Amino acid sequence: MTDLLEARAVTKVFGGGMGGRRMIAVEDFSLAIADQPPSITALVGESGSGKTTLARLLLGLIDPTEGEVLYKGADIRTLSGSNLREFRRDVQVIFQDPFEAYNPFYRVDHVLETPVLNFGLAGSRREARRMIEETLRIVGLRPEETLGRYPHQLSGGQRQRIMVARALLIRPRVIVADEPVSMVDASLRATILTSLRELHDKFGISLIYITHDLTTAYQVSQNVIVLYRGLIAEAGDVEKVVGDPKHPYTRLLIGSIPHPDPNRTWKGEGAPSAEGARATDNSCRFAPRCPAAMAICCESAPPLFRTDAHQAAACFLYREGDVVSGAEIGEIMIPSDGPSVAHAPIAESAEIRPDA
Amino acid sequence: MGKKRPDVRNNTILEVRDLRVYYHTSLGAVRAVEGVSFDLRAGERLGLVGESGSGKSTVAMALMRLIKPPGRIESGQALFEGSDLLALPEQQMRRRRLAAIALVAQGAMNSLNPVIRVRRQFADALRDHGVALTRSALEERIHELLATVGLGPEVADKYPHELSGGMKQRVVIAIAISLRARVIIADEPTSALDVVVQRQVVETLRRVQEKIGASILLVGHDMGLMAQVVDRLGVMYAGALAEVCGVGAIFREPLHPYSQLLIASLPTLDRKGAFQGIPGLPPSLLNRPRGCSFRSRCPHAMERCESEAPNLREVRPDHFVACHLYQTSAPRRELQTALGD
Repeated sequence: MTDLLEARAVTKVFGGGMGGRRMIAVEDFSLAIADQPPSITALVGESGSGKTTLARLLLGLIDPTEGEVLYKGADIRTLSGSNLREFRRDVQVIFQDPFEAYNPFYRVDHVLETPVLNFGLAGSRREARRMIEETLRIVGLRPEETLGRYPHQLSGGQRQRIMVARALLIRPRVIVADEPVSMVDASLRATILTSLRELHDKFGISLIYITHDLTTAYQVSQNVIVLYRGLIAEAGDVEKVVGDPKHPYTRLLIGSIPHPDPNRTWKGEGAPSAEGARATDNSCRFAPRCPAAMAICCESAPPLFRTDAHQAAACFLYREGDVVSGAEIGEIMIPSDGPSVAHAPIAESAEIRPDA
Repeated sequence: MGKKRPDVRNNTILEVRDLRVYYHTSLGAVRAVEGVSFDLRAGERLGLVGESGSGKSTVAMALMRLIKPPGRIESGQALFEGSDLLALPEQQMRRRRLAAIALVAQGAMNSLNPVIRVRRQFADALRDHGVALTRSALEERIHELLATVGLGPEVADKYPHELSGGMKQRVVIAIAISLRARVIIADEPTSALDVVVQRQVVETLRRVQEKIGASILLVGHDMGLMAQVVDRLGVMYAGALAEVCGVGAIFREPLHPYSQLLIASLPTLDRKGAFQGIPGLPPSLLNRPRGCSFRSRCPHAMERCESEAPNLREVRPDHFVACHLYQTSAPRRELQTALGD
């Protein structure tokens, strides 16, 4: 079966022209999102890991230097006419900053009405209004307190939930959420993440959840891909990757998370302090910081080795395992536990805690 | 951390009483900080945690006397080494900044001057405070300070843009301790850093604080970071302290309903789905409602909460809560009188 959205050996290089320095933001990345069953995949990485570049590649906002991004089997660069519209409708995005996503001169209604009109989702103004109100309730907002307002009259959490509502309104098949909660306070973060999960559970929408925060990735997703400087460091079942991390980088990342528990303090030594150290092109990019680095790590870059049925790490510590090629990465992922529902009509929805 | 700290209970170094800071806008006064009182004890790390708009950064800025118009310190005291920081003439306050009370600001890596080398940033700070050193003594001092935060002497020759975020933040910490300030106010010192670097920076901060015996007021929004770093924690909500107690106590048994919900809203790596948002929003600081500012979101709100704002009282030894739920029996002490004089 053809996947809904697929990245096939995608590389993105910035710069390099006119003698400038080449920056490989993403290298040889593959990922396939099937339409059914819906899935939730987290892409986790720190700044400079290439996670936002990946989001932009998957959305077709930038073109890959090598490789291709496919929508229902067709390179998205070749889409036009109705196919392009379909892609634009099926693949939605939630950006990080709910303060920059709005035009301050329009009421928030505009953000919600535009897609309804553009995609002809409603037959009449009244129906459009009904759909919008319905969708706002789904993300926990009261329409009467939300519609008719300007963005500055709403909190960051409310704005971000309107973005979730907008994405949902269009009834996409997959939502790329790029750090959707990093600018939101803790008490609202949980509510928004719950809304996102419900999009998957109730409406059968797949999610690509991009974040720097492994904790929320663990809470939201089934599978996780940990990125380090543009490459996959580790991938697989989130329970495996978090519970028994294999790659030294994943271990460092998990060891650095400040647990909200004073009895569970940071253990052991902090990170080997080689920030800024640059690896060469043909070595493991993590080697300069790696406590387990071996001679081989400086000679060639490790491919992904399978460490378990549903886990793989790009680290020579596991070179006994089978090499997992980009095309095989789907086999590492655990099959979705999500409902295999057909495109659920929004009207059947139950509400999620209106509260704002 | 984890290790027993000496009892510093009555060894207060900074005593903040009834601090009020308002921002005067065309719509009226935004009462950002409305009656905050706490003690910072010698050698301790006290956290001030809160969500955006809770007033935590305003408290930090007020203690440094760096509130800019339309903001204004309306009232309050900050007693430090025998004088009230809030009442000092600007010239005297200026001398105390850095020398006695130092700030590691939010996004501090952008507080370095981008066009001068790290060495001069140190030299300027020292010279402004009357430290006259020979060239070689100054060089030695700078290298020593850099070494304290885990940086090599070569960093002195660099411009800020040549350093990573974590390195810049460590330079800022080295400057903050350069005159051995008694109090370091760190306002979200790591909020722009990745977790791995955050850990390094925070551990650096803790190490230098212990080395020079300073006290830290750590202001932030991340409960996880607070759990790892501070000895005591104050939870702020809508411009006031909801709860102040030992960090162990607040995670073990939070008393204020807001603290309880805040802790329950934190995602962990242990149990999936075990976190929940807090319904509702904080009140407008322009038109503060009467009574308790948390009551509209509080599952335990009572009639009394609508008419009367609860005071911060000590309901258990060294555990202060501003909530009517715990004020049925006679309070141990009210903060105002308890730690006053």
